[in-house]
Amino acid sequence: MADERILRITMPKWGLSMKTGKIIEWFVEEGSTISTGDDLADIDTDKIAGTLESTVDGLLRRIVAPADSELPIGATLAVVAPAEVPDSEIDAVVAEALAEVESGALEAEAEPEPQSVEVAGRTISYLTLGAETEAEPVVLVHGYGGDKNSWLFVQQPLAEHRPVHALDLPGHGASSKDVGDGSLSLLADTVVGFLDGVGIERAHLVGHSLGGAVVAAAAKAAPEKVASLTLLAPAGFGGRPNAGYLRGFAAATSRRELKPLLGDLFADPGLVTRQLVDDLLRYKRLDGVPEALRTLLGTLLTEAGEQAIDTPGLLAGVEAPVTVVWGREDKILPLPEGKVEQVDAGHMLHMEAANDILRLIPL
Amino acid sequence: MARSITYREAINEALEQEMERDPRVIVMGEDNAGGEGSPGEMDAWGGVLGVTKGLYGKFPGRVMDTPISESAFIGAAIGAATGGLRPVAELMFIDFMGVCFDQIFNQAAKFRYMFGGKAVTPVVIRTMWGAGLRAAAQHSQSLLPVFTHIPGLKVAAPSNAYDAKGLMISAIRDDDPVIFAEHKLLYDTAAEVPQESYTIPFGEANIVREGSDVTIVAIGRMVGMAAQAADELAGSGIQAEIIDPRTTSPLDTDTILESVENTGRLVVVDESNPRCSLACDIGAMVAQEAFGSLRAPIRMVTGPHTPVPFSDALEDLFIPDAAKIAGAVKKAVDYGG
Repeated sequence: MADERILRITMPKWGLSMKTGKIIEWFVEEGSTISTGDDLADIDTDKIAGTLESTVDGLLRRIVAPADSELPIGATLAVVAPAEVPDSEIDAVVAEALAEVESGALEAEAEPEPQSVEVAGRTISYLTLGAETEAEPVVLVHGYGGDKNSWLFVQQPLAEHRPVHALDLPGHGASSKDVGDGSLSLLADTVVGFLDGVGIERAHLVGHSLGGAVVAAAAKAAPEKVASLTLLAPAGFGGRPNAGYLRGFAAATSRRELKPLLGDLFADPGLVTRQLVDDLLRYKRLDGVPEALRTLLGTLLTEAGEQAIDTPGLLAGVEAPVTVVWGREDKILPLPEGKVEQVDAGHMLHMEAANDILRLIPL
Repeated sequence: MARSITYREAINEALEQEMERDPRVIVMGEDNAGGEGSPGEMDAWGGVLGVTKGLYGKFPGRVMDTPISESAFIGAAIGAATGGLRPVAELMFIDFMGVCFDQIFNQAAKFRYMFGGKAVTPVVIRTMWGAGLRAAAQHSQSLLPVFTHIPGLKVAAPSNAYDAKGLMISAIRDDDPVIFAEHKLLYDTAAEVPQESYTIPFGEANIVREGSDVTIVAIGRMVGMAAQAADELAGSGIQAEIIDPRTTSPLDTDTILESVENTGRLVVVDESNPRCSLACDIGAMVAQEAFGSLRAPIRMVTGPHTPVPFSDALEDLFIPDAAKIAGAVKKAVDYGG
């Protein structure tokens, strides 16, 4: 029987396609006392690099995976235990962890597969992580041109205590590319229809950018289904949007057109990796996507390049708790005046400041 | 999760999805079904290497076996295209094109121009190219430069399964004649390919790998060879950028030039014979447009100016490989130093 005082820090899973991660650098040493939220290490994947934060408090007894080592998801990276746990027990845990990696058992574990549900004649693709519990589930709704994979740093940690569903809006990801009239109400009805389709009575809705406006509209349409709303840099909050980015994104067909635009998404443009550009190009080449993006552009922007959505208007009368979060360096939708939570990030705050976002979702 | 299929399957899927979408799309060529018009098994072959297999049963009357007369059935395909169909004709080996040059060069390639834009010729001519199949001098050539030379033709040469599907769908939807060159040694290579239909625009190069020391432009199967070379070079601290033009006509000159402006060095890898090759063409373009950025002479890695040998050992020497590419890169990087 394992000693319950011994805790393992393991390789996180950031996104569907991540199979292994490589430790770039540890920020803590053996013998450090670590607390929840401390930066532990930078980890690189084939898609993106990120910072692993601690989800435990205690004494870091052993670093199992040195810098430069590449390990599968779930592999033990470090061991945390109180000082009174003898070294021999720590050694045993480390040996067991190394044997687990050696055996290949981690790679062989079944990966969660996206599922799909029909909503109003459209196929809606979604990925569910986390087991059914007493707690109300979370539903994540991405922004314009995004998909369920944009929650890569957020979905797995949220799923430790409840099911978390990330869906692809119509016109996005693996969902049907037909967006009908592309209206906000059609998108909101799709989210409500999704909840019905997978049998969710009530959920915490988290939406980013266009998805923020969509979940606000969903809460207005079906308030009984919404436990809370978390809006990350939501569309329709006033201020002049970066119409050049939005129109450019809709129109771009080549890497040379797309790549310079994407830097505006992040506070740190270095996060625009080759892989990100390639993934977006692959998406934009799919039949129906250019038309869908053009149609949805009209939902986001007026002809004059102003916000076409009034999200505060949608929120009027919504009784569920609403949290609005913004990246201070958002270059797509401007940080609004008034009281919103702020984090150090650009527009893709759920990628750049995932750990702050996790703390701000009212669960 | 992402699905991996082969180059062969990717082309087959593109044909199937386009035939499904557009009833004007037809497929024709030697044994494209196999057995049509004779007793016994239907769809026995699906073309010489099985690319069209399975389409015969799904699209009755729209997959045709043709006689072994390239001049006749390529002419027929071009005529059908001018008449409103969108034929995809398979001309087994690019080496056999010689007998239908008039149909391709003088007819298909000229109609749009000579009829003032009023006539279109949406034909795709699928053909296999490249050495390495031990098929000797008449079945191993890399004649892309011949077709790239002719205005009015478009030429696609996918290097992987993902590009093969997207380029084939673009080729079928294109109103101009397209030579679609499939490298015979790539048919069994696999990549992640979306189930959904998608198009890759012609004239848009793929940056296969980013690097700051040298630009390697490679075509078809040579893209994989260049990637191997780049892995080796990275071990000695040389970061190579690899550009796959994907289509040789139109050619994405901007991406090549931007890369050379950044790296200052160019190595072009082309399986063709060296004289009047794509390597010459791209090298000349860069010399003319980006001379000021070059820090070393442009290097070409091609086959020698000989027919492709029948001997296995000689054929292996004929084809550019990772070692030859890495050698050329090192010469470029060491130049003047």
